[in-house]
Amino acid sequence: MTLAVRVIPCLDVDAGRVVKGVRFADLRDAGDPVELAAEYERQGADELVFLDITASSEDRATTYDVVRRTAEQVFVPLTVGGGVRSVADFDRLLRAGADKVGVSTGAVVRPELLSEAAARFGAQCVVLSLDVRRCPPGVTASGFEVTTHGGRRGTGIDAVDWAARGADLGAGELLVNSMDADGTKDGYDLELVRRVRAAVGVPVIASGGAGSVADFAPAVAAGADAVLAASVLHFGDMRISDIKAALRAAGHPVR
Amino acid sequence: MSRVVVLDHGSGNLRSAQRALERAGADVEVSADRAAALAADGLVVPGVGAYAACMAGLRAVGGAEVIGRRLAGGRPVLGICVGMQVLFERGVEHGVETAGCGEWPGVVERLAAPVLPHMGWNTVEVPAGSTLFAGVESERFYFVHSYAVRRWVLPPSERLRAPLVSWSEHGERFVAAVENGPLTATQFHPEKSGDAGARLLANWVATLAG
Repeated sequence: MTLAVRVIPCLDVDAGRVVKGVRFADLRDAGDPVELAAEYERQGADELVFLDITASSEDRATTYDVVRRTAEQVFVPLTVGGGVRSVADFDRLLRAGADKVGVSTGAVVRPELLSEAAARFGAQCVVLSLDVRRCPPGVTASGFEVTTHGGRRGTGIDAVDWAARGADLGAGELLVNSMDADGTKDGYDLELVRRVRAAVGVPVIASGGAGSVADFAPAVAAGADAVLAASVLHFGDMRISDIKAALRAAGHPVR
Repeated sequence: MSRVVVLDHGSGNLRSAQRALERAGADVEVSADRAAALAADGLVVPGVGAYAACMAGLRAVGGAEVIGRRLAGGRPVLGICVGMQVLFERGVEHGVETAGCGEWPGVVERLAAPVLPHMGWNTVEVPAGSTLFAGVESERFYFVHSYAVRRWVLPPSERLRAPLVSWSEHGERFVAAVENGPLTATQFHPEKSGDAGARLLANWVATLAG
């Protein structure tokens, strides 16, 4: 009996439609999130992540509706993140049907949000999402820096320290997204995965950079419990079953 | 059609449980009403988060009493995740001990594993004769928890049929499911376990009257 490596498609959702940008520019519309989510469940997705990139708060009502409709049709766990700043945001998303809530900038601004959410809803639904970039020597000890606002702003915070602190505060899982690798299709930042894995005892999801089926097993070998992929799946470069076959061939258990 | 009440004691994503049970063929109502919970053909006790908080929420709606009265009448109850854990004698989280419903002896404790929570799809060791797992004995189910029952301590009885206990493993072995007459429980989330979970819930719903 061994826990399977989770393969998790991530859908970027803007005002109710799925988009995915290369380095967060040049967004392309890839369809209806509810339909895509159901299709990914059929293909064998172990979980799903929605990243809400809706800018205006009035359009955010669309997000809750998308989450609600997805939860009614999809029977694997759903994590929703993007713009989460308060315990009330957690509450709204969980009530809409999310199983876990991802928080990034909101936790950098106010770290206590992690402990408050964990105390109220349980650590199992608190996912700390780290948007990380490599930085020049001297900025942080590990050479990895946390960014906010979708990667646009550096914080000077050491990403490995922040991962450890986030887990201590109450995050039950870490989504570690390499901003350098994101959209490049050159593979995950394995050094980043290794450093974070060594620093925490909660599950780690590797994110950013998957370009071929050969990219996934090295991330797991580096310590990832789950692997996230977006554009390579949305545009049909590979199917979830291809990723799982590659993981299985490398000796990692999959569902 | 069997009528199922999902007990609303303020814990977690009840919508998923409702929809998954509907998909399994039940007529489902999410309710905190004691009369409705007593009258239903099947009662589902969900639960996520902390043991103490879940138990407090359950007590606030008279849940422990409703479960006890249903079982005294041989009426089916299904506990899920922390909804399973509270059926045991007690839970210990962060050094705090909380009394549970005490339907089974045993204690819910932190798992000894390098990575917690135990989060994801794992296999289950199912004993012969299980009706709950019929057709899905070899499937994986979705778990998310850090605490579990590590030892099954109910002494065997010559007069009573022994409960069927299924096990899983994360760092160490723990109780993954129990089938004990009208009282059934799973540590994993069948409502989040895709087609395998749907089959398991359908197996449970098929045992209900109505």
